[in-house]
Amino acid sequence: MSNVKSVLLVGVGGQGIILASQILSSGLIEAGFDVKMSEVHGMAQRGGSVTTQVRYGDKVDSPIIGKGSADVMVAFEKVEAVRWLEYLKPGGALVVNNYEIPSATVISGAEAYPDGVMEKLEATVENIYVIDAAKEAMELGNIKAQNIVLLGGLIKAMGVEGVDWDKMVEQTVKPRFVDLNLKAINKGMELVASEVKEEVGV
Amino acid sequence: MKKLLTGNEAIARGFYEAGGHVAAAYPGTPSTEILENMEQYKEDIYCEWSPNEKVAMEVAIGASMAGARSLAAMKHVGLNVAADPIMTYAYLGVNGGFVFISADDPGMHSSQNEQDNRYFAKFGKMAMVEPTDSQESKDYIKEALRVSEEYDVPVLFRVTTRVCHSKTLVELGERTEVAKKPYVKNVGKFLAAPAHAKVLHVTLEERLARLEEYSNNSPLNTVEMNDKKIGIITSGISYQYAKEVFGNTASYLKIGFTNPLPFKMIEAFAKEVETLYVIEELEPYMEEQIKARGIKCIGKELIPNVGELNPDIIAKALLGREIRTIEGLDNLHDSIIKRPPTLCAGCPHRGLFYSLSKIKNVMVTGDIGCYTLGFTQPLNSMDTCVCMGGSISTGHGAAKAFKQAGEDKKVVSVIGDSTFFHTGMNSLVDVVYNKGNTVTVILDNRITGMTGHQENPGTGYTLMGDKTIAINIPNLVKALGVEDIQIVNPLNLKETDAALKKALEFDGPSVVITRWPCVLKKFSQEDKSEFGCELKKYKVNEDKCKSCKLCLKSGCPALSFDKYAKIDPDMCVGCSVCAQICPFEAIERVGE
Ligand code: SF4
Ligand code: SF4
Repeated sequence: MSNVKSVLLVGVGGQGIILASQILSSGLIEAGFDVKMSEVHGMAQRGGSVTTQVRYGDKVDSPIIGKGSADVMVAFEKVEAVRWLEYLKPGGALVVNNYEIPSATVISGAEAYPDGVMEKLEATVENIYVIDAAKEAMELGNIKAQNIVLLGGLIKAMGVEGVDWDKMVEQTVKPRFVDLNLKAINKGMELVASEVKEEVGV
Repeated sequence: MKKLLTGNEAIARGFYEAGGHVAAAYPGTPSTEILENMEQYKEDIYCEWSPNEKVAMEVAIGASMAGARSLAAMKHVGLNVAADPIMTYAYLGVNGGFVFISADDPGMHSSQNEQDNRYFAKFGKMAMVEPTDSQESKDYIKEALRVSEEYDVPVLFRVTTRVCHSKTLVELGERTEVAKKPYVKNVGKFLAAPAHAKVLHVTLEERLARLEEYSNNSPLNTVEMNDKKIGIITSGISYQYAKEVFGNTASYLKIGFTNPLPFKMIEAFAKEVETLYVIEELEPYMEEQIKARGIKCIGKELIPNVGELNPDIIAKALLGREIRTIEGLDNLHDSIIKRPPTLCAGCPHRGLFYSLSKIKNVMVTGDIGCYTLGFTQPLNSMDTCVCMGGSISTGHGAAKAFKQAGEDKKVVSVIGDSTFFHTGMNSLVDVVYNKGNTVTVILDNRITGMTGHQENPGTGYTLMGDKTIAINIPNLVKALGVEDIQIVNPLNLKETDAALKKALEFDGPSVVITRWPCVLKKFSQEDKSEFGCELKKYKVNEDKCKSCKLCLKSGCPALSFDKYAKIDPDMCVGCSVCAQICPFEAIERVGE
C-alpha cells in the first residue's frame, strides 16, 4: 500500500490527455508495476475540464485518489493546474504547461481569464516545472504534440527508470505521427531533466 | 497474457470467452464501450445497437428464450426504460444464460441522476453480481452466465463508472464454445398470461431461496480475515477504496454476489469482528437488509449517500483522518474560471441554437445528447431536460398548459436523431394524435454524437459494420401524421431563421429537421456525396472588425477576443456561422 504512487493528469477536453495517460500506463506496466488508470469522459464534446489518474506500485487497490493524494501532477493548461491543485500532496511535484485556453465563460465575456496564474503557482508550489509545451511542439512542427512534450516532462519528474519510452510511443500513436511524437517526448524529458529537484519515483 | 483493460472491455471479453452468442445495447455513458468492444468478436457474437434499452433488453431476452447465451447493456437510467420486460423475464426464467448490465454513475459524471440500481435486483427478485475491477468483470460474467442457466434466472450485472472506465490488468483466456440450447415450445414458461404468471411467481420465490443458498457458498463472496477489531462488509468499487484505506489492518467480507445477500456468511462474519462497518457507495442497499436481520453495523451514519465515494472520504469518515493539502491554496481561488463543456467548434447544433436564441417568448424543451449544452452561455436557448426522448412530450404538455391558461407562449422541442429513434417517435405520435401545436426540431447530425459516434437507424450502417437501410426521418415523420415538415442546413442561419419562423406560425404540429453531420464524425461515402467535406477556415480581418463582439454570441470555442475578435486557426472548421453573424463582414474565408 505504501509504495503506491499516484499521478494526476489534468487539462481541457481535446488536449490529448488520454493518449498521454495510455503511453504512461504502458510504460509502467513494462517496468513491472501493477497499474490502474481511471479516466473521466463521456460527453464526447470538448472544452470541459478533464482529468485522468494513473496509480502504480506493487499492488494497487483504488483506481482513484482524493484530495492531497497525488505524488505528481501534470497540468496541460495553467488554470486547470490551479483547479486541481488541492489534489497534489504537500511536497508533490507539479509539471505545468505555460498555456492558456479561454473557457466558454471567458469567450462569452461572463468572466475574465485571470492574470498572474503562473506567478501564483510558482509562489505556492515548491516542486514545480514550467514547460512551454505549445511553443516546443510548434517548433517540432505540430502544436498537437504538446501533450507528448508534457508527458516527457512528467516522466522525468516521476523518475521512472528502465523503460524504453520510445517503444511505448511507437506502439501507441498512429505511424505517421511517430517521428513527431518521439521528438516531443524526448524534448519534454530534456526540459525537465535539467532542473529535477527531487525524484518521487517508486 | 496480461493486458490493461477497462471494466467495459473486460465485460465484452468475458462474454466472448464464456461462449456468448447475442448482445444488444443502446449507447449510454458509462456503458457504451461494452458493445463497442463486442464488435471485435462479431465472428462469434451477433451484436447490435438497438434504438433504445427496452428494445435491447427484449432482443437479448428473445435470444435467451431461443437458447443463446445473451447479454444486454445499458446505463442506469436506461434500465428505467427497459424495466418493463425485465421485471417479467425474472418470472419466466431463462433458457440460454442471460446477463444484463446496469452501469451506474455515482457522482453523475455524465448523467441526469445517480440512482442506485441495485434495488432493481431486489425489486425484480433477480440475481445480482458486482465486480470490483476489470479482472473480476471478466471472470464474473462467466459465473453469472453459469448461475443464470443453473438457477433459471436473469442476472443483473451491476457496475459503476469507476469499474467501467478504470483500466486494470487482466489475464486473457480463450473462448469456450458453448452450444446454443435447443428451443422447445413451452407456453407455461415463456408466455406471461395471468394463469401462468401466478404459478411462476411461486416458482420465483422458491428459486430465490435456492439462490440464497448459492450466495452463501458462492466463490464470488469471500472472507479475508485479518485483525478482528474492524470488520468491513463491502461490494463493487467500494471494496477497492476500503482496501486502500484499511489494507491488512481490517477483516473483509467482500460480496460479489449481492442479491440475495449471503446472510449466513454475514452473520458469521459479524460475530467474529468487534466493530462492523458496511462500506457502500450511494444507498444503504446492503446495510438496510443487514440491519433488518438485527445485526449491528455502522454505515450511512458516517458515509455519505450522495455522490461518488473515494478512499479519502472513507478515511475521514471512519478514521477521522484529516486531509492535508498544499498550503496557500486560498490565494489561488480567484484564479479559477468555470470551464463547462461546450458544443464543438463548427458543431452543426450551434447554428440552430443561435437562431433559437433570438426568438422571444418561447419555451424550449430539451433532451439528452450533446445538444443539451444549448442551455449554456452564450446560447442560453434551452429551458428543460428530463430524460431520453422526453422533450417532445414534455413540450406538448407545457404547450397544452399555456393554452389552457390563455398564455400565448409557444413551445419548441429539440431532439437528436438517435434520441428521436430511441423514444422520441412515440411522443411525436402523441403530439399529432392529441392535436398539439408545438414545433419539434430534430437535430440530425447523422450519428449518435454524445457517446462518441455510434451508428443508429438513420446512419445506414450497423454496429457490425454492414451497410443497411437508413431510415428516412422526413418520411417517417410524415408517416406519423405531421404535415408541416421542413429540412434545413443549420449552418445557414437565414434558412434556419426562416424555417423556425414559418414553423412557429403554422397552426398544428410542425417539424424542422436540421441536417448536417457532427464535426467530429468520420464521413461515410453517403455523407461525402451529400455534404461534400471541403470547408474553408475563416479569419478575422482586423481592419474591418469594429470590436462589437457580436460574433462571440455564437459561443464557438475557436473564437476569442483581444482588442479584435480572433479565430484559432487550429480549431476553426469553417462552418461560417460566425461570419454570418458579423454585421460588418469582418470575418472572411481564408484563401479568398
Ligand atoms: S462581430 Fe464582426 S465586428 Fe463584431 S467583434 Fe466579431 S468580427 Fe469584430
Ligand atoms: S467558422 Fe466561425 S463559428 Fe465556424 S468553426 Fe470557424 S470560428 Fe467557429
